[in-house]
Amino acid sequence: MALPNKPLGELKAVRDPEVVEREVDVLIVGGGMAACGTAFEVKKWLGDDQSVLLCDKAAMERSGAVAQGLSAINTFIGENAPDDYVRMVRNDLMGIVREDLIFDLGCFVDDSVHLFEEWGLPIWKKSADGKNLDGKKGQKMGTLKSGAQPVRTGKWQIMINGESYKRIVAEAAKTALGEDNILERVFIVELLLDANKPNTIAGALGFSVRENKVYIIKCKSMMVACGGAVNIYQPRSVGEGKGRAWYPVWNAGSTYTLCMRVGAELTMMENRFTPARFKDGYGPVGAWFLLFKAKLQNGLGENFGGGAAAKAELEKYAPYGTAAITPTCLRNHLMLFEMKEGRGPVIMDTVSALAALGETMDKKELKHLEAEAWEDFLDMTCGQANLWCAQDCEPEKKNSEIMPTEPYLLGSHSGCCGLWVSGPDYDWVPDAYKIKADNGKVYKQMTTVNGLFTAGDGVGGSGHKFSSGSHAEGRIAAKQLVRYAKDHADFKPTLAQSNDQLVDLVYKPVRTLLDNMDYTTAIDVNPNYIKPNGMMYRLMKATHEYGAGTATFYQTSSKSLEIVMDLLKTMREDCEKMAAGELHELMRAWEIIHRIWTVESHLRHIQYRKETRYPGFYYQADYPGQDDANWFCFVNSKYDPKADKWDVFKKDYIQIIPT
Amino acid sequence: MPSYVIQEKCDGCKGGDKTACMYICPNDLMVLDPNAMKAYNQEPDQCWECFSCVKICPTQAIEVRGYSDFVPLGSSIMPMLGTEDVMWTCKFRNGLIKRFKFPIRTTPEGAANGYKDLKGKDIESPLLATQEAEGCTLPTPKATV
Repeated sequence: MALPNKPLGELKAVRDPEVVEREVDVLIVGGGMAACGTAFEVKKWLGDDQSVLLCDKAAMERSGAVAQGLSAINTFIGENAPDDYVRMVRNDLMGIVREDLIFDLGCFVDDSVHLFEEWGLPIWKKSADGKNLDGKKGQKMGTLKSGAQPVRTGKWQIMINGESYKRIVAEAAKTALGEDNILERVFIVELLLDANKPNTIAGALGFSVRENKVYIIKCKSMMVACGGAVNIYQPRSVGEGKGRAWYPVWNAGSTYTLCMRVGAELTMMENRFTPARFKDGYGPVGAWFLLFKAKLQNGLGENFGGGAAAKAELEKYAPYGTAAITPTCLRNHLMLFEMKEGRGPVIMDTVSALAALGETMDKKELKHLEAEAWEDFLDMTCGQANLWCAQDCEPEKKNSEIMPTEPYLLGSHSGCCGLWVSGPDYDWVPDAYKIKADNGKVYKQMTTVNGLFTAGDGVGGSGHKFSSGSHAEGRIAAKQLVRYAKDHADFKPTLAQSNDQLVDLVYKPVRTLLDNMDYTTAIDVNPNYIKPNGMMYRLMKATHEYGAGTATFYQTSSKSLEIVMDLLKTMREDCEKMAAGELHELMRAWEIIHRIWTVESHLRHIQYRKETRYPGFYYQADYPGQDDANWFCFVNSKYDPKADKWDVFKKDYIQIIPT
Repeated sequence: MPSYVIQEKCDGCKGGDKTACMYICPNDLMVLDPNAMKAYNQEPDQCWECFSCVKICPTQAIEVRGYSDFVPLGSSIMPMLGTEDVMWTCKFRNGLIKRFKFPIRTTPEGAANGYKDLKGKDIESPLLATQEAEGCTLPTPKATV
């Protein structure tokens, strides 16, 4: 009988893949909302003699965080002022944000929302008598652009019927960019600096997850927007359920790792997001709080959020804690307080909320309300709807548990880690927020590496962009990418490495497997290599136990951080011995490398910031509480690829918009 | 909640130009076994339950079974994606059935305007091409510190 020592999977990897070389002016890495924004905008500025290419790890029609759909657009400025948008984001993120980037985004985001509606995204409207109309019925009220009123659930959020949100946005992006300029299922794994010009991007390296092909792509300017980082901490569900991440499970921190490994400066990597969601299914709670006015109870049935103890706790974190809208981390903090005191679990009282709403409604309106509650899940977290079905849970009859999730890293939602990028070149923007390129010019959203741009989850210090803001940021970057490429028309990107060296780098896990697999009788257990799956569990265990994961109620300490740094070091060394037998596994191998680097930056920042800025997201036990005297500043870091050294340092926070 | 393929219904998209589920899965989970001409989910514990494969399957061969680590058996939710609406059938463990219909788009598929003919003029201004065409002026902060 033949031994089962062969790679699993259908698309076997070979030792020597085909090499595809491309050279373009502008390269877009990613295919989500931000990259779709860039794809839509870029050709409107590109000269006839300039070229563009987009690489997406998946298929644009359903890639990125909006693949499944969304039930709301969380950033629409509308009747509000961008100044107030800055104030809201600043308060939610405990004071330290890039106000230039946030204000600037507020000037562009509505234009993207107007396009979404024109392209066919159904947006809820208010009827003349103040009733909510869904996106189809609401069409008779006209468009947002023509002055129709959206259904606001908060000051900034509007409701949509968003099952096909990403399909619609991708359709416009693909039409605008042209199919010939898009490579789907190509995973970019390393960026390449220019051989001659210091600190200048020259290209990217990747491979196809469908064919044995390595891509070496040279470019003058590049946009990297591959989302945040997911499955970096042990999730609360560790079996099949670990796929049920709150953020898209395929986001591997590629944005941060790709850019940091060529020396781009990071900011606020200590910031993280641990959203409180419906337990296990991770269904959204926003509509339940804002639209249905549901309240949380502790295990004793007390509405702890409104109590005197909660008020006293929040006062410790004034002015953020005492603001009209409690920051997201502090809402978690209050929940964790109840749970640690033995008053858990935390329950959302859906029964009372729907009953209260029902008091003023007729039967038809009630039925519509019920459909709205289910649509909230079915549009963006289908699995939560199934979980309710499996638990025989009708929200008007049975309450549901709420739980903070495992940690995620991102820069577009209620988090602000990412790259340090240039602000816009306006008089009111401090010079310290402007990054000058080699030619002395300022290009908004350029990182500290010449020609390298980012958007969406990649832009640090400016959370609360969400889907619409990420799209708008992608469009802003598009214009700057072209402008940079035009200003550097004579630049001839040159790579330092030979093609053989680059192929060896990408396909190393394949070659390691082929070189060693015959030694044992079982493909996954071999002393000469480790499979990506094993490395994933190793990372999750380390972060879970030492890096302020759910195991310790998000608490870490200086000693724990010291230990986890050692563990990460050996993980990075062992990644040199990672093995992959087929293309899907090769993708997983590179994803885990990206995750490990991203986590390392996260924990280095936590180690450096000697305070607890975001209680509820994480606690540094040796430095509890906020220390404004010493730490009211950004923490930035930079990895030097030549010296293989990290530098972590403070950067001044500059207030622009008055309190 | 991993997707699964019903053996009898899957024909491997043999009449199509691509295997639909394999084309769409954002996490590269759905693959075709070319010998059996059947698709399968190669890594069920990395399934985000996004239903992209369920919605795109031309033979309705793909469904989803709740994650074994926390979802009791016996329920199901099933979408039917049309051109304007999605119809959901939600079956509870106790047999209760709820049906919902939601709009998904207000324009015909393929109609999203890429503004292919729109060309920007001033590359040095901060305006996006659509804003420039409309002669929009950007706000500045009402006050600064």
